[in-house]
Amino acid sequence: MGATLIEFSLDKRSGVATYMQIVQQVEQAMRLGRLTPGDRLPTAAEVVGRLAINPNTVLRAYRELESRGLVEPRPGLGTFVRRSLARPRDPVLEQRLAAWVREARAAGLGPDDIRALVESALAGGLAGEATA
Amino acid sequence: MSGVPALEVTGAGLRYGRTWALRGCFASVPQGRVAALVGPNGAGKSSLMRLAVGLRRADEGEVRVFGQPPRGANLPRVAFVAQDKPLYPELTVAETIRAGAGLNPRFDVQGARRRLDDLGVPRRKRIRQLSGGQRAQVAITLAVAKRADLVVLDEPLANLDPLARHEVMEGLMSAVAERGLTVLLSSHVVAELAEVCDHLILVSRGRVQVAGDIEELVSAHRLLVGPSGTTPAGSYDVIGRSDTERQTTLLARVRGPVHDPRWTTRELSLEDMVLGYLRAPEAVLAPRPVAL
Repeated sequence: MGATLIEFSLDKRSGVATYMQIVQQVEQAMRLGRLTPGDRLPTAAEVVGRLAINPNTVLRAYRELESRGLVEPRPGLGTFVRRSLARPRDPVLEQRLAAWVREARAAGLGPDDIRALVESALAGGLAGEATA
Repeated sequence: MSGVPALEVTGAGLRYGRTWALRGCFASVPQGRVAALVGPNGAGKSSLMRLAVGLRRADEGEVRVFGQPPRGANLPRVAFVAQDKPLYPELTVAETIRAGAGLNPRFDVQGARRRLDDLGVPRRKRIRQLSGGQRAQVAITLAVAKRADLVVLDEPLANLDPLARHEVMEGLMSAVAERGLTVLLSSHVVAELAEVCDHLILVSRGRVQVAGDIEELVSAHRLLVGPSGTTPAGSYDVIGRSDTERQTTLLARVRGPVHDPRWTTRELSLEDMVLGYLRAPEAVLAPRPVAL
């Protein structure tokens, strides 16, 4: 069957339904490039053998991922990642961001100040997109 | 898998001498579900399990397993793991597997060996040398290897430490995923069932109080809090109520929206809902067949 590529973990106090935690962890792994197209998700038996949860919960999470177009079941083989959520790296953007962070530090801004600036820039940018 | 329920209990009752241990019980567990049988000690959980596995015949009503009474040719489809996990203490694990194979025609010897190896239970050891968790794993493995389609477990987690509880549940859930088993397990610790079970049968004083899909049940129940001496407008059944001088708190099964500006509604956890029923043992809301 091949090696298990990712393992799920549960936060029982998060208030987020267990199946949704699995959905979010798959999406996160896809965004970070830890899961790429063609990768097989662990089977329900593999997941419940580690987490002691109801297998139907895992199947429900995989159905949700399927309905979001992220994975596809292949009968008898398993559930496979269909597309990539990871962005290709952009060296120019990364260099300009690193240079900007250096400038901000030199201007006396701390990490929280920088994060606040990025957040507000993001919020403004998203608002601009929403009206477009 | 067909639409026939794995377990169907229709108006079933069970009598020990002149005392009824169960009366008029209704419950239906679809195939592939993991059902929790919950209730106080002495409520009738063990009696209901005895009916399900064919150890007793109902004195009233009917019990069916995959559409047939749990007798004769239908019996191999059911496995029962009793609370004390009766195994021969002087037999080794390997001998226990062979004994299981001798007693059950469809017994999966290879599967049982593989499963116990995967679980790290040494086959050369005698049963009495095993930990409580390992004994539970052997008992569950025998039930799975019997190729039963319905596995009934009486308090499978009792007397186990937290790690062993987790491991036993992992093993059981793997078997559910691999074999498509239906499971009925009893417990009085509701908190540890929430992640495992998707179906509930709540027994109190010899009656099934409420039974059904856990998610549907939980989403149908609300806590209603409002001024005392009033009742909120809307369509609901009251399971339990508590009153103070100023306010009334109702545990209700709602059938539609409750519109009353003076009343606040709150959603419940599985545990809160179960506790609410256990505090009101007279409330019986089990699903009944329409024609009766």
